[in-house]
Amino acid sequence: MSALIDIRDISVGFVGRDGRTREVLRNIDLAVAPGECVGLVGESGSGKSTLALAAMGYLKRGLRLLNGSAVFSGTDMFAQSRRELERIRGGQLALIPQNSGQSLTPTLRIGAQLGEALRLHSALPADQHAAKVVELLGHVRLPDPEAIVARFPHELSGGQQQRVAIAMALAGEPEALLLDEPTTGLDVTTQAHILELLRDIAADRGMAMVYVSHDLGAIARVCTRVVVMYAGEVVLEGSTRHVLKFPTHPYAQGLLASIPKLDDSALPIALDGRPPAPGDAGAGCAFADRCALVQDRCRSTRPQLEASESGGTVRCFFTKEAGRQQGQIIGAAPARFSGGDTMLDLDGLAISYARPRLLDQLLGRGTDVPPTVDDISISIGKGETLGLVGESGSGKSTILKTIAGLLPPAAGAVTAGDQSLPHMVEHRDPGQLRQIQLIFQNPDDSLNPRHTVADILEQPLKLYFGLTGGKLRARSAEILERVRLGAHYLDRLPSQLSGGEKQRVAIARAFAAGPEIVLCDEVTSALDVSVQAAVLDLLNDLKRSQGTTYIFVSHDLAVVRALSDRVAVLYQGRLCEIGQTDQVFEGESHPYTKVLLGAVLEPDPDAAPTLAADDIVERAPPASGCPFQRRCPRRLGEICDTDTPPWQSPEAGHFIRCHISLEDLNVD
Amino acid sequence: MLMRRLFLGAITVWIVSIIIFAGVEVLPGDACTAFLEREAQGKLLENCREAQGLNRSAAERYFDWASGAVRGDFGVSANGQKSISELVGNRLRNSLLLAVCALAIGVPLAIFLGVVTGLRREKPVDLVFSSTAVFAMTIPEFVSATVLILVFSVWLGWLPGIVLTSAGAPISEFFPEIVLPVIVLGMVMTAHILRMVRSSVIEVMAGEYVQMAILKGVPYWHIVFRHALPNALLPAINVVALTIAWLLGGVVVIEVVFNYPGLGRMMIDAISDRDLPVVQAIALIVATVYVGVNLTADLMTMFLNPRLRTHALRGS
Ligand SMILES: Nc1ncnc2c1ncn2[C@@H]1O[C@H](COP(=O)(O)OP(=O)(O)OP(=O)(O)O)[C@@H](O)[C@H]1O
Ligand code: SF4
Ligand code: SF4
Ligand SMILES: [Mg+2]
Repeated sequence: MSALIDIRDISVGFVGRDGRTREVLRNIDLAVAPGECVGLVGESGSGKSTLALAAMGYLKRGLRLLNGSAVFSGTDMFAQSRRELERIRGGQLALIPQNSGQSLTPTLRIGAQLGEALRLHSALPADQHAAKVVELLGHVRLPDPEAIVARFPHELSGGQQQRVAIAMALAGEPEALLLDEPTTGLDVTTQAHILELLRDIAADRGMAMVYVSHDLGAIARVCTRVVVMYAGEVVLEGSTRHVLKFPTHPYAQGLLASIPKLDDSALPIALDGRPPAPGDAGAGCAFADRCALVQDRCRSTRPQLEASESGGTVRCFFTKEAGRQQGQIIGAAPARFSGGDTMLDLDGLAISYARPRLLDQLLGRGTDVPPTVDDISISIGKGETLGLVGESGSGKSTILKTIAGLLPPAAGAVTAGDQSLPHMVEHRDPGQLRQIQLIFQNPDDSLNPRHTVADILEQPLKLYFGLTGGKLRARSAEILERVRLGAHYLDRLPSQLSGGEKQRVAIARAFAAGPEIVLCDEVTSALDVSVQAAVLDLLNDLKRSQGTTYIFVSHDLAVVRALSDRVAVLYQGRLCEIGQTDQVFEGESHPYTKVLLGAVLEPDPDAAPTLAADDIVERAPPASGCPFQRRCPRRLGEICDTDTPPWQSPEAGHFIRCHISLEDLNVD
Repeated sequence: MLMRRLFLGAITVWIVSIIIFAGVEVLPGDACTAFLEREAQGKLLENCREAQGLNRSAAERYFDWASGAVRGDFGVSANGQKSISELVGNRLRNSLLLAVCALAIGVPLAIFLGVVTGLRREKPVDLVFSSTAVFAMTIPEFVSATVLILVFSVWLGWLPGIVLTSAGAPISEFFPEIVLPVIVLGMVMTAHILRMVRSSVIEVMAGEYVQMAILKGVPYWHIVFRHALPNALLPAINVVALTIAWLLGGVVVIEVVFNYPGLGRMMIDAISDRDLPVVQAIALIVATVYVGVNLTADLMTMFLNPRLRTHALRGS
């Protein structure tokens, strides 16, 4: 069978400031047969998106085609007229973008945007378009399609926007679909649902797919073949099973080892170093600087892609040695908490965003909206790490903000050590401020782009310890060393750092204050898996050496498992379950915890997620009963809507809040 | 939401009126000392104060002044004892005529050129108009006014360089005298709006939804008109409002240079005559226009931007 997408020897580059042409893609071949699904994986900047877009004959501004061709269904996409391209793009060949929220035009209604796709690419008579739009929206399982037609993009949730993007791509009845990280940034449950949907649709219509992702779990679920890219080259290609289970390239092995696994509490292993910038790969193997198996030969000669025994191709001189090394690398056991005094105590915390209306205020009435977060009582020991999990909107960040004093609670108290903390940051004394530090998800937002690393670190040192002059600088360098960045980083600006380095600076700033409690809000979600592994390792190190108490918020359950001593599961701002990490992940589970765990995608072609509950978005918690009542797959009936479920304890330290009796909880 | 904005606007004007009133109040002397100058003493001053009602408490006088202003009655000027409303009325009309002409020509032109230069970024059209705009923004109005007068009225003799029509003349008599002031005023404004529209168009055209539209196979002009421009021009509304606010200041200089009988020149005259009631009245009118323009711009953006619209409809 001839290939539907046939990319031959393609090189793409840009002209750098020094006038040199720097290659972003280097001599890549990629052929995708009709109905086949190929995954493209690699670290950020490896050229995955560029390659996928090149398949459409599209290059981002500034990039140029240096060599090769991209043929789709017999047409050379780089040699077409604009009109011909407009016919194919969005028609036979469609794209589902990474960030649908930003890829939908904000001023056009969903109906208008889908209608436009139909007008351009469908043979249907115009009077049937409206009905077809509703049908497409229903097809991607959006609830209430008639209402969604009239909405604007910002009125949909992230998962719904992604579904609209899928519906839009399907409007032209494509033969091939390019997907650029279509589920990155979505909740585990939403992600699992969208992937199942894509699988079904692809199987139904016999569509070919190119699936770009750095998430090997998602790739394992939808792709039959995987291409691993590094620094603009293909380094390994083969069946999903071979690439994920028996990788023969050291880079692919490193990438796999850096992914935290749900069924394993070891810390993932970080890949040291970082990929060369475009054009800096040198004459030898691009991976040489980070490879454990590197030999002299690797540095002088560039290895070619060669057929491997498993039927794929691989670019490495020492695949045999690599094959032997596979599975030998085992992650370190994380530092574990072994009991101690209470460091942080949350007592009956309730937090509400709803501001009472003016009239209600005057009449002295509260709001009748239930609080966003309610009834949170947890105490955390000194040196303990509490993982906080739950879908987006479950109130994880809200709780952290309240502890940090950025948001007043409606009820309850926060106690740190033996002091009860004033609600708001303005009323806390310097000692209390120093004690609690918050690290955010996105270092780009939290680091001032005009301050150097030294400025950033010196701020807390001056403020809390009154250091000055040479001492100040020495101490900054020392702290930087602790997050494994050399003193030569002191004079850099955030824009001169990579994502992982920025996050390390943010962590260093938090630790500069010498805090006892560090609140981590999705600190690794914006990072590549390999960088994530390095950051996790760092946090674990600091925990071991400083005895820091963490609250670690993440929507990635495997990451939480790797770092936490105890885990609390949150739904709609209410606790469902809390216990030792192993108890929560392996013992009896709350129905919601089960839903979350079932939706996790493992980088294993044999694992399939179980989708127990719909991924609908709830706007507000219910007024009474169990918070999970509307989505619970095991709802008992009336009692779940009216009565607050009781805490039950299967084991010491493990608590589950549900009406189902403990004996029945694990029987499905 | 809508009511709240209107309410806030009204409050702003009210606070400004207090500040204006208080500002004049704390100045040494009052309308009478200014008017009577050296004779401001004894009986004469007493009588004048009596006549002007200056002996009453500040609060009482503020209330009189403010309630009059609401009805469009600003009292009488200190020197000449003429009704300020009448004096100001024509001047206001003339200034508005100048501003409206400049806006009517400048705004469409600026948007058109901004879009063209934004779409043809770094092409010759863009280079020519963008650098012209930067140039126009940097030279002060009195310089450009002088140069234009020199070229078009002194050398070429095509247009009158100075306005001789009296304040109360019918609108038609201001042509062609008004042409040069309009050009000077319009030039800087056009340059500002052009630059802003250009960068907004560039930003939107590089955005993800435009890239998505390209990859959806949408024809180029459809992308421009349906996907890009509605989003690129939203921020322009507020810039136009800011420019109008700036125009209120620019008008003063231009009116003086061209001897144009507008509000700006009247203000200057009133200040040099120390005619405080007139200064107060003009300041209040200018502040009201300022607040009104910004309010209109906010409401327009709110209405045209779906994000803000749903916000507004759902309540705050
Ligand atoms: N318009 C551009 N001009 C110059 N260089 C670019 C441009 N776009 C991307 N690059 C560079 O090309 C390389 C590959 O980028 P690409 O976006 O394809 O990576 P990716 O693998 O998709 O990464 P991610 O996982 O972060 O999406 C990167 O080094 C990037 O900095
Ligand atoms: S060629 Fe050498 S440096 Fe490159 S991956 Fe193989 S062993 Fe490592
Ligand atoms: S209390 Fe009821 S609704 Fe809530 S989790 Fe248990 S069974 Fe489900
Ligand atoms: Mg990408």
